[in-house]
Amino acid sequence: MPADPRALRFGAAVTTLVLASVLVTESPWLLAAQAVVFALGVARRSPYVVLFKAFVTSTPKKTEDPRPPRFAQLVGLVFAVTGLAGYLTGTVPLALAATAAALLAAFLDAAFGFCLGCEIYLLIRRSTPAANMEVSQ
Amino acid sequence: MALATPALGTVIGVVHLRRRGRVRDVGGERLTGADLREELGERVTLVQFSTAFCQPCRATRRILSDVSTLVPGVRHVEIDAESRLDLVRRLNIMRTPTVLVLDAAGAVVKRASGRPRKADVLAAVADALPPG
Repeated sequence: MPADPRALRFGAAVTTLVLASVLVTESPWLLAAQAVVFALGVARRSPYVVLFKAFVTSTPKKTEDPRPPRFAQLVGLVFAVTGLAGYLTGTVPLALAATAAALLAAFLDAAFGFCLGCEIYLLIRRSTPAANMEVSQ
Repeated sequence: MALATPALGTVIGVVHLRRRGRVRDVGGERLTGADLREELGERVTLVQFSTAFCQPCRATRRILSDVSTLVPGVRHVEIDAESRLDLVRRLNIMRTPTVLVLDAAGAVVKRASGRPRKADVLAAVADALPPG
């Protein structure tokens, strides 16, 4: 099923607000809640998208391939889990840095429609060891 | 930090918007049909590197296939970057979509990262066409 870009953009905006609140309040619980939202987003069950669709019932003019935004949610989840690990181990700078990284990605998506996770995907693939197994022609 | 991060994001976003799809002159590399695993265009080849996780790749595909139908002798070749990491490394492709404009001999003469504008692609093709 194709994704509704308006709902994704709305989700990115809410994510931005939540992550900014995490930085202000330094609340691990709020970050944990956002991590759950990211995990649901990977499963294409984002509550933010559900919320959007509850209020906006019109069909979108354009739809999107759901894979890029899913990958972006996975990147967000990795950052959020890293942040939580920081809080759990008492490494607050790690928690803040990981949250800020996730916030940066969410903000770029919300404000500019620019998918940071998608941009770095190729860079990650370029440098993964599996890539070296490829047979060059 | 809650303010600095969006501020940094704004700077990155604006720089990204300004640079997106800008067609630059390049030189030095030459690609053959064997490299592309597809025939070169008779006069110009538009090579597009794409990935699955790339939203602007779809729009870029539309623009380039439009141009290849519009201008005779122009061929659009799309390459899945993940399955051709050898080319990605050799050409130093950092992101998708990246578009290369090849002249009739396969020399890379122009390059753009991010979705280019159709008018810019047409201008780049005109530049790459053999004289006459």
